[in-house]
Amino acid sequence: MAEVVEKPAEKPGDVKIEQKVEVTKEEKPVAEKITAGHVHLSGCTGCLVSLADNYEGLFKLLDDYVDWVYDLTLADVRHVPEMDVAFVEGSVCLNQDLAVEELRETRKKSKVVVALGGCACYGNVTRFGRGGQWNQPAHEAYVPIGDVIDVDLYIPGCAPTPQQILHVAVMAYLLLKGTDEQKELATSYLKPLMDLAKRGTEACGCDLMYDVINQSLCMGCGLCAASCPVRAIEMVYGKPQIDTSLCIKCGACYAQCPRSFLNLDVINEFEGIGELVAAAMATGGE
Amino acid sequence: MVLGNYKECVSARATDRSILARAQDGGIVTQLFAFALDEGIIDGAIVAGQGPEPWQPEPIVAMTKQELLDAQGTRYNICPNMALIKEATRSYGLDRVGVVGTPCQMQAVRKAQLYPVGMRYVGDKIALALGIFCMENFSYQGFEAMTEDFCNVKLESAVKMDIGKGKYSVYNSSGEVKQMPLKHTLKFVQPGCHVCLDYVANLADVSTGSVGSPDGWSTVFVRTKKGDDIWAKAMAAGCFETKPIEEVKPGLELVTKLATDKITKNQKHVDERATFGVKADGSAKALRNPYL
Ligand SMILES: Cc1cc2nc3c(=O)[nH]c(=O)nc-3n(C[C@H](O)[C@H](O)[C@H](O)COP(=O)(O)OP(=O)(O)OC[C@H]3O[C@@H](n4cnc5c(N)ncnc54)[C@H](O)[C@@H]3O)c2cc1C
Ligand code: SF4
Ligand code: SF4
Ligand code: SF4
Repeated sequence: MAEVVEKPAEKPGDVKIEQKVEVTKEEKPVAEKITAGHVHLSGCTGCLVSLADNYEGLFKLLDDYVDWVYDLTLADVRHVPEMDVAFVEGSVCLNQDLAVEELRETRKKSKVVVALGGCACYGNVTRFGRGGQWNQPAHEAYVPIGDVIDVDLYIPGCAPTPQQILHVAVMAYLLLKGTDEQKELATSYLKPLMDLAKRGTEACGCDLMYDVINQSLCMGCGLCAASCPVRAIEMVYGKPQIDTSLCIKCGACYAQCPRSFLNLDVINEFEGIGELVAAAMATGGE
Repeated sequence: MVLGNYKECVSARATDRSILARAQDGGIVTQLFAFALDEGIIDGAIVAGQGPEPWQPEPIVAMTKQELLDAQGTRYNICPNMALIKEATRSYGLDRVGVVGTPCQMQAVRKAQLYPVGMRYVGDKIALALGIFCMENFSYQGFEAMTEDFCNVKLESAVKMDIGKGKYSVYNSSGEVKQMPLKHTLKFVQPGCHVCLDYVANLADVSTGSVGSPDGWSTVFVRTKKGDDIWAKAMAAGCFETKPIEEVKPGLELVTKLATDKITKNQKHVDERATFGVKADGSAKALRNPYL
């Protein structure tokens, strides 16, 4: 086997990236926790179950990084408290005053509001009636939370994945409690998910048509098809073909597509970030 | 990031004759997957199988060496390998998945791991991501036109295609080679390739291509810890013959040149998209930039 060849430094960027990974690895997590909670609106609890599906990762998160201060299912607290990060599940039913009030209060009392899952981001299945359903509450009553309050960050998908929720939780922790370097990394990581929140409260498989293919950006990788929870996307001659009658408007495909956003400063550090998250989640001994 | 981060770069070819026989270049991809299958490093690999049309690839999950051999060779049109990345861990039941793909598909692998929006318990099961160098890819219809209309070879009678030395070459069953200059293929390139800023699959565990090495050999970049570990094991098992990249012609110089050319040209295209149109106030109206 040949000798290890020194990597030629094409641009200063190459060198910087290696050093950055080194630094983030050595940093031990700091002791102080952030506060976070789960606000349950018109969702099926699938988003919360997804959080729990991190199994020991969830325990580690709650032990070392996050005080879980509000959760109708898990914590005995009746009113929305002050918190750093609020994970809101479900769309909001305008026919239910209490839900609207809770959402408004959540915004006032939280530093960061995360729309957790397709329903909170886009309405998803809650505003996707196809007949055969009760007519009350009225379909127009369910709106994505972004139609009522300003939302900082989206985690699309139905259900959102345990891994994406964990990544956001760890990055939110680094953003609020980390070193300057970690804050910078967390900011770059979270930015595209914050941009998704600015992009609007409607999603569809058609986003791939309008914002990827019609922008001459699709290169046919197929990742959108893999990400769809209802198999509404089939790859035909190297491009996604969307069966809109199946699409539940969860927003996963567009967010997952490498050509919706690909922040190279973050993606190029995939190995270091993977190790960072793994180290943060390592249980026992640490 | 012209050549990306790497721990080692060599010129190599597989030692297994059955793999070399039908390999596009040095058989690196198939040899590494076959070794990883044998060793239980992967349970299967997503590769380009045969689609419904002649020379149209279609992603398949190969779980045996024979299936890997049947999927060898480059098909110059789109094979959406990432479409199977979740399914491989579901109905195929793989815990350790291998996947081969172009640089953009390696970007898809890493986005799936870093932003697993629709990838429930998938990222941690990607055990070996092999990248192949790529200057551009073609739509099936474009590829058909290049082969049949420009090179005058019916797809059914072609036995191999390759791109190199500024030409698209098609080999037919009677041993003839038909060629067309690469510059004439430009209009058949799929649009998404014009914004691509990666030539040598910077984000793969191990990436490989023909450029830089002599005919029948491949240039190999060993990039990640995972890739390094598997490459070292495969070397120890005698899977590959290697030569130091400094000792082969044309070597890294050509790889660097082509990578720089591609990135410069496409970066210019990305920049031009920013001023594509005009707003009412006279300022520029942009086409979307995925890298912002
Ligand atoms: C579109 C395209 C453009 C390329 N451009 C260049 C280039 O500019 N310079 C360069 O040096 N190399 C390029 N390559 C890579 C090169 O052609 C070989 O694929 C590479 O050297 C691997 O050869 P091998 O002998 O190691 O692999 P083999 O043992 O022959 O295996 C090749 C593997 O690639 C898979 N594959 C075949 N077609 C596709 C496809 N369309 N998409 C995804 N996977 C596929 C096969 O299923 C197989 O697993 C390109 C490849 C493609 C697909
Ligand atoms: S096509 Fe699938 S992934 Fe995309 S929004 Fe519709 S349901 Fe979600
Ligand atoms: S994920 Fe994006 S780039 Fe890949 S095939 Fe789908 S739309 Fe195209
Ligand atoms: S040129 Fe880039 S976008 Fe096009 S197929 Fe190759 S790697 Fe993908």
